[in-house]
Amino acid sequence: MTNPPVSSREYLKPPITEVGVIGWLRGNLFNSWYNSLLTVVVLILLWQLVPPFFRWAFIDSVWNTPAEACRDIDGACWSIIPRNISFILFGFFPDGEQWRPGLAMALMLGLVIFSRNRKHWKKSLGIYWSIGLIAMGTLMYGGVFGMQVVETARWSGLPLTFMLALFGMVAAYPLGVFLALGRQSRMPAIKTLCVVYIEMIRGVPLISLLFMSSVMFPLFLPEGVTIDKVLRAQVAIILFTAAYIAEVVRGGLQAMPRGQFEAADSIGLNYNQTMRLIILPQALKIVIPPSVGILLSAFKDTSLVVIIALYDVLKTTKVTLSNPKWTGYSTEAYIFLAVLYFICCYAMSNYSRKLEKELHTGR
Amino acid sequence: MNEIEQQAAVTPADRPIIEVKSMHKWYGDFHVLSDINLHVQLGERIVICGPSGSGKSTLIRCINRLEEHKRGQIIVNGTELTNDIKNIEKVRAEVGMVFQHFNLFPHLSIIDNLTLGPIWVRKTPKKEADEMAMMFLEKVHIAEQAKKFPGQLSGGQQQRVAIARSLCMKPKVMLFDEPTSALDPEMIKEVLDVMIDLAEEGMTMLVVTHEMGFAKSVADRVMFMDEGQIVEQNTPHVFFENPQHERTKLFLSQIL
Ligand SMILES: Nc1ncnc2c1ncn2[C@@H]1O[C@H](COP(=O)(O)OP(=O)(O)O)[C@@H](O)[C@H]1O
Ligand SMILES: [Mg+2]
Repeated sequence: MTNPPVSSREYLKPPITEVGVIGWLRGNLFNSWYNSLLTVVVLILLWQLVPPFFRWAFIDSVWNTPAEACRDIDGACWSIIPRNISFILFGFFPDGEQWRPGLAMALMLGLVIFSRNRKHWKKSLGIYWSIGLIAMGTLMYGGVFGMQVVETARWSGLPLTFMLALFGMVAAYPLGVFLALGRQSRMPAIKTLCVVYIEMIRGVPLISLLFMSSVMFPLFLPEGVTIDKVLRAQVAIILFTAAYIAEVVRGGLQAMPRGQFEAADSIGLNYNQTMRLIILPQALKIVIPPSVGILLSAFKDTSLVVIIALYDVLKTTKVTLSNPKWTGYSTEAYIFLAVLYFICCYAMSNYSRKLEKELHTGR
Repeated sequence: MNEIEQQAAVTPADRPIIEVKSMHKWYGDFHVLSDINLHVQLGERIVICGPSGSGKSTLIRCINRLEEHKRGQIIVNGTELTNDIKNIEKVRAEVGMVFQHFNLFPHLSIIDNLTLGPIWVRKTPKKEADEMAMMFLEKVHIAEQAKKFPGQLSGGQQQRVAIARSLCMKPKVMLFDEPTSALDPEMIKEVLDVMIDLAEEGMTMLVVTHEMGFAKSVADRVMFMDEGQIVEQNTPHVFFENPQHERTKLFLSQIL
């Protein structure tokens, strides 16, 4: 007996109703009666909501006019943004000097974009960041090259938000990793210290930490010693975020199979090497999604610094709205802020997904 | 196996590479290993068998201190295993271990899995380590997979990589804990063949396995463990043809 040659096998196309636009619609929107109902309801809602919004935002709207021109229109008064942009973005930074925070932010953005590429994760990256940080600090504070000194109390708006968020995340992450490792330590003293720290911080809201840093902490300092307010808020954000990162990382460490530790032991790696080369790369990869969640909330939580009288971008927007000329256009202003926050958060979560994909090694 | 090798196995000429003296171990209250005495000469191949739960894994894991023994002595290559971390690291660098579930590092490519130990523990320059790794990969017939990741390989291939990874540390002794029992049947042979090659080159091997064909053709000595004790040990010929203890006979009748 002979088997038929393989090439005689026929490959048929699937039926027309299963592929293409029709197939997709059937499969995704109308594949059962309740899905069909839902599709119809959503379509009606969209029909009711989208055209009026579109009309308000884009057709009846004005984009760059004095406040008076907004009085007698039905649409959005986007003019509030361009007419107040320098205060919203830079707050109380002196008027003629606002190119400085602008340049500093551009520098920061450039560095962040440069760091996205994993090929750039080398020693040189650290050097670039150090140079960049010094440059940013100099631009903001001034006092050299004929730049007027601007005290940190006047740093406000977007640079403040970005600074608190970026340094908060960059410093909190490694601190959180160390806390997680400490919590797993066999040395009881270290372990207890880490547990107490983590649980205490997680037991209080960020607001109370910010209050403590701004009101209580100075009371403990010796006479004459002051620590910068922005710095204190920054530290509070770092300490707070680190505790949450620590718990997420601990979850990742616990998910590591014992076999990985044993294999590392059996080729003679010591504790530091095992953690750095074997365990952390894998554990941190597992916890990318929850870590990004925490970093995103940390970013958004920076707006809480208003309660200790720091003017982040949310607060500068509110101040703008309290100007009688512009009161009443809060929808426009908040939509602008939402878009701003969304762009940052979306970029972060998008990047994290890309990173996850890149680090996936099949398994 | 020839006369001379048998002699070497029975009458130690010089200091054994592994000495285990009156060693005991407990898990909590459970006396898992009781009064273990074991001498292994350089170049000896020992197969350890016994029912599940008899303490075979625990015994070989004590030898590179993945488990800590509680009484008695374990001396490997002249270094006694104590709580001294330096000694432990010294012993581990001399003793290779192959696990049932391979335990490759999934985030590293095959070649990086192999060079990790040499580079970080032996401080071998990267280029040299790469060359050595390729040599060992060729030896286990898998050099063409060097750039892949463990998750992209079959079980048999992964286990061969794991063997090569251990060999890269130039160990004096290799421990195998049921290296083929997690494998699909068609892959067992490719791993055993690599192990047989290794044995023929004179590697000192302690192998926990139920592959009795391997034991018969390769082992200098077969050990039978039951309930945490070494019940019987002998040359494969005597062990299989003429077992002394009832428990051994029962075990052999079950698996052969
Ligand atoms: N970490 C552990 N804690 C408690 N009991 C264990 C542990 N590891 C193994 N055991 C027990 O010790 C006994 C011997 O285990 P093991 O050495 O793995 O046996 P084998 O490899 O011969 O199957 C078993 O009864 C097992 O349940
Ligand atoms: Mg076992």
